[in-house]
Amino acid sequence: MKRQALTTTLIAYAFLAPALVLMGLFTFYPVFYGSYLGFTDYTVADLASGEGPRWVGLKNLEFVLGDPLFQTGLLNSLKYLLVVPVLQIASLAVAVLVNQKLPLMAFFRVGYYIPVVTSISLAAVMWEWIFQKEGFLNWSLQLLNLMNAEGRFNWLLNEHTALWAIMLVTFWRGFGYYMVLYLAGLQSIPAELEEAATLDGATAWQRFWLIIVPLMRPTLLLCSLLSTIAALRVLEEIIVFTGGSGGPLNSTYTALLYVYNKSWGNMLNANFGVAGAAGLLLALVGFALSYLNFRLTREERSER
Amino acid sequence: MKPVSPQDAARLRARATLRKGLHIALSYALLLAILGFAIFPFLWTLAISITDKQASGISIYDFPKSLFPPAVTLGNFYEVITKLSLGKYFLNSVIITALTVAGTLVVSALAAYPLARLQFPGRGLVFGAIVSTLVLPTEIAFIVNVLTLRDLGLLGTYAGVVLPLIATAFGIFLMRQAYLAIPGTLMEAARMDGASELQILWRVMIPLSVPSLTALGIFTLVGTWNAFFWPSVALLTNDELLPMSVAILKLKGQFNYDVFNVAAGAMIMMIPVLVVFFLAQRFFMRGLEGAVKG
Repeated sequence: MKRQALTTTLIAYAFLAPALVLMGLFTFYPVFYGSYLGFTDYTVADLASGEGPRWVGLKNLEFVLGDPLFQTGLLNSLKYLLVVPVLQIASLAVAVLVNQKLPLMAFFRVGYYIPVVTSISLAAVMWEWIFQKEGFLNWSLQLLNLMNAEGRFNWLLNEHTALWAIMLVTFWRGFGYYMVLYLAGLQSIPAELEEAATLDGATAWQRFWLIIVPLMRPTLLLCSLLSTIAALRVLEEIIVFTGGSGGPLNSTYTALLYVYNKSWGNMLNANFGVAGAAGLLLALVGFALSYLNFRLTREERSER
Repeated sequence: MKPVSPQDAARLRARATLRKGLHIALSYALLLAILGFAIFPFLWTLAISITDKQASGISIYDFPKSLFPPAVTLGNFYEVITKLSLGKYFLNSVIITALTVAGTLVVSALAAYPLARLQFPGRGLVFGAIVSTLVLPTEIAFIVNVLTLRDLGLLGTYAGVVLPLIATAFGIFLMRQAYLAIPGTLMEAARMDGASELQILWRVMIPLSVPSLTALGIFTLVGTWNAFFWPSVALLTNDELLPMSVAILKLKGQFNYDVFNVAAGAMIMMIPVLVVFFLAQRFFMRGLEGAVKG
């Protein structure tokens, strides 16, 4: 029987080996070694000459915290979080809309999901044409008399609108995804509840805010957490729309872009110590926000 | 309560019907507007990609004419493949995606089995470690992963792009759930017949987990095909192996790029994903927790 147990253990670890080796090498090791690099001096020149990282303590963290570019980046990353509430409420509203028992709803759901399966690089190609000075967005605004021909501008080249324009694309690629998550949650709301409210004369607007939103709070908070973490880590969007510059005038420079541009985004000047320190700081902010969200959900659970 | 006269009742009913009709009309108006928002970029890009640019005075910003091309051609598709060698990048995308899907399926199917069905020391620890990858700040992993690939001599190779992607908590948990749903009596019967663990996995578990394997395969396929950031970093030193997702932006970044060709390239990249998505839409619409979006 003992032998049998040993064999089972060996077999178990043999099956687990590929996953454990790969995760160890490409997930655990880089997170810990990357954090360690944050406390060392290690540049691309050291790498080329075969020198190892040199321990410098908190020097990089101090440098990063005092670097105006990182401060701008962190501020823009936090500004990017504004997309979260809009995205979540809108996705829930869209889910309610396509959850009606009317013909063609499956068709609309599939249509809304198409942006989710679109690559960010394709989104950048298509939306850049829309945001051009002569692009579709300005043309539509002119058509609605909200803009005149002289007032036209490129939304991605204006430091007041660039970040918002990119947030719109994040919204576009995200609402179908969260719609599906909310659709699953909506199944648990009894139809009688809404019917009763309708009979009592509640408008669709009131039913949404007074019945659906409170009942969907657990799902809303979970999706908000997922969405917050993703928004704080925004990087790909910025690279594809600005070529990694974070322009115009650093108005789209985000915290993770700082990490990228201090490492492989700007290979010839890569400083892995500074990049690692900035990554650590960003991770701390992420943990803090997750903790906040966790506290909110826990209060929610204890109330019930 | 006041008794309701038949006339009043009829009027009330008529009003309710009218209100309901108005509500339905409003719903569809909204649904169509949102659909426009969702798919307009594709429709316009499609229109650009088939516009015959030889026809004089064509600008993509000449609305609304540019949404309905007067002369249609497939020339842009031909040009982007022959002159800009998009075929090469398409092939790179196919190879990287195929290797990633195959790798993910094998690694997940193997690792999930002992976690679901075998008792062994350290099981809880292994399980916890895999869960912890969900909360580790993995966004900084790319810095070190490039260094590791360089040391392994894998930087700028297909293997270098693929290997860091294939062991995921999502894949392992999805397969574990599938194995847990299979009745234990089937395994016991196979063991009685003297089947080895590998045979049980291959003959019993895998055939009964085809729906989960398909779902995992499809999510991985779409995610890998679309991925931009990691391939662009892992192939920093080798432009020849770039997938289309990265190449299309290089194409667009060139001075004086041809919008019609870029639009055709975008369509070539999008069409395979759309086909897979339409064929497998039920997997996406079921709300599995796939790749997390902003």
